[in-house]
Amino acid sequence: MSTVPEVVVTGLGATTPLGGDVPSTWAAALAGRSGARTLENDWADTYGIPVRFAATVRVTPDAVLPRPELKRMDPSAQYAVIATREAWADAGRPEVDPERLGAVVSSGIGGIWTTLDAWDTLREKGARRVLPMTVPMLMPNSPTAFVSLELGARAGAHALVSACASGAEAIGYAADMIRSGRADVVVAGGTEAVIHPMPIAAFAASRTLSLRNDDPAGASRPYDTARDGFVIGEGAGVVVLESAEHAAARGARVYARLAGVGLSADGYHITSPEPSGDGQIRAMRAALEQSGVAARDVVHVNAHATSTVVGDLIEARSIRGVLGDDADHVALSATKSMTGHLLGGAGALETIFTALALHERQAPPTINVTDPDPELVLDLVRDTPRALGEGPLAAINNSFGFGGHNVALVLTTA
Amino acid sequence: MAHSEQEILAGLAEIVAEETGLPTDSVLPEKSFTDDLDIDSLSMMTIVTLAEEKFGVTIPDDEVKNLTTVGDAVSFISAAQS
Repeated sequence: MSTVPEVVVTGLGATTPLGGDVPSTWAAALAGRSGARTLENDWADTYGIPVRFAATVRVTPDAVLPRPELKRMDPSAQYAVIATREAWADAGRPEVDPERLGAVVSSGIGGIWTTLDAWDTLREKGARRVLPMTVPMLMPNSPTAFVSLELGARAGAHALVSACASGAEAIGYAADMIRSGRADVVVAGGTEAVIHPMPIAAFAASRTLSLRNDDPAGASRPYDTARDGFVIGEGAGVVVLESAEHAAARGARVYARLAGVGLSADGYHITSPEPSGDGQIRAMRAALEQSGVAARDVVHVNAHATSTVVGDLIEARSIRGVLGDDADHVALSATKSMTGHLLGGAGALETIFTALALHERQAPPTINVTDPDPELVLDLVRDTPRALGEGPLAAINNSFGFGGHNVALVLTTA
Repeated sequence: MAHSEQEILAGLAEIVAEETGLPTDSVLPEKSFTDDLDIDSLSMMTIVTLAEEKFGVTIPDDEVKNLTTVGDAVSFISAAQS
């Protein structure tokens, strides 16, 4: 009888509104800085868009990628490749049979800049001017395809799409690839690049964005009574997952174990979370069950918490529902208060935060909570990081997406 | 106003350099797109699309396979201007 391989996190990479890599992003998060800023363009005035700010990437790709790569990849793939290069180097560039190396990098929305640029070109100049790279740049599997090309990953390249749960679902699927014996190492994560007037107008139309134009840094305020929607963000997070055996054989540094993956669907409404939290609860329970972690061992939750009026509290009640009294000793962090909402990149970035929180034994803060919602039934880490204590620790990272997709990941200390 | 062959070569070199990352001064008339500059068919069609716009000409798909070298493309574009 062969045993199911354990999965560990051995490399981290990111480009985010807080920084161009993981160390700068994590340092900014621990310092409680916001990545949201006023957009320096005329979109709001030109198109009548009610939102004038976003959490844009701190380091733009033209500062790190050569021209031919900028021209051949949609920004969503550019962010993914930048994060992948960092994660792969951070993992020590593992030597692995290409047929045992996988790539799973998702985007929630896909190459929308490419799609809309090509449409503009078609209307203004005709079909003869539409560039031949348009399709390979706009397809939603483009980021994972470029990552697989970058590393020569041949075990499989996948792109699971579940809106704002995409990044976490990608990491969950990558873990399954290792557990099922398809791969020894998988590069996994999520990316998004939709700070473009059309998606901002469309999210604003769905009344999900914060309208706090006079205070971008204070706009993302999960669990605060004055929260009024999420702050649209962009960027990518990528992790290197590896079987524990493969990592041990090469003496790799292990940030954390990815001990459990839980998935569910609400089957309830196309955008609203199911009010009782049933789907979220089932996802967290499934992840805990696979991990073998008891509720009392969970010390930290990185919440999905996007700063919407309804969603934040449903999740808090769901966490309470799963952990019961053991939720009393959970340090809850809502890092979107600083990063904004990276949509398809969010679950991956927050997995990085969760792994680092366990590795360094400190939970990142939640900022902008000046007046906590009285209905919040959990202990929120506010303004400054909190120490998580000694001994074996476990944490949950939640991600939920439009469409009723729920993904919970359980990580433990190495 | 037609472009001279010198101007066409310079403009084409800029397009090829953007697409491939090669320095513009490596894009010489005798260079083969595939054998010397390592340009695949997708990149070649990108270069054709951008060259058509830059020089205001049409390069029919049937013609692209005859453009083996940079010099072939310069000659074709030059002739197609009139």
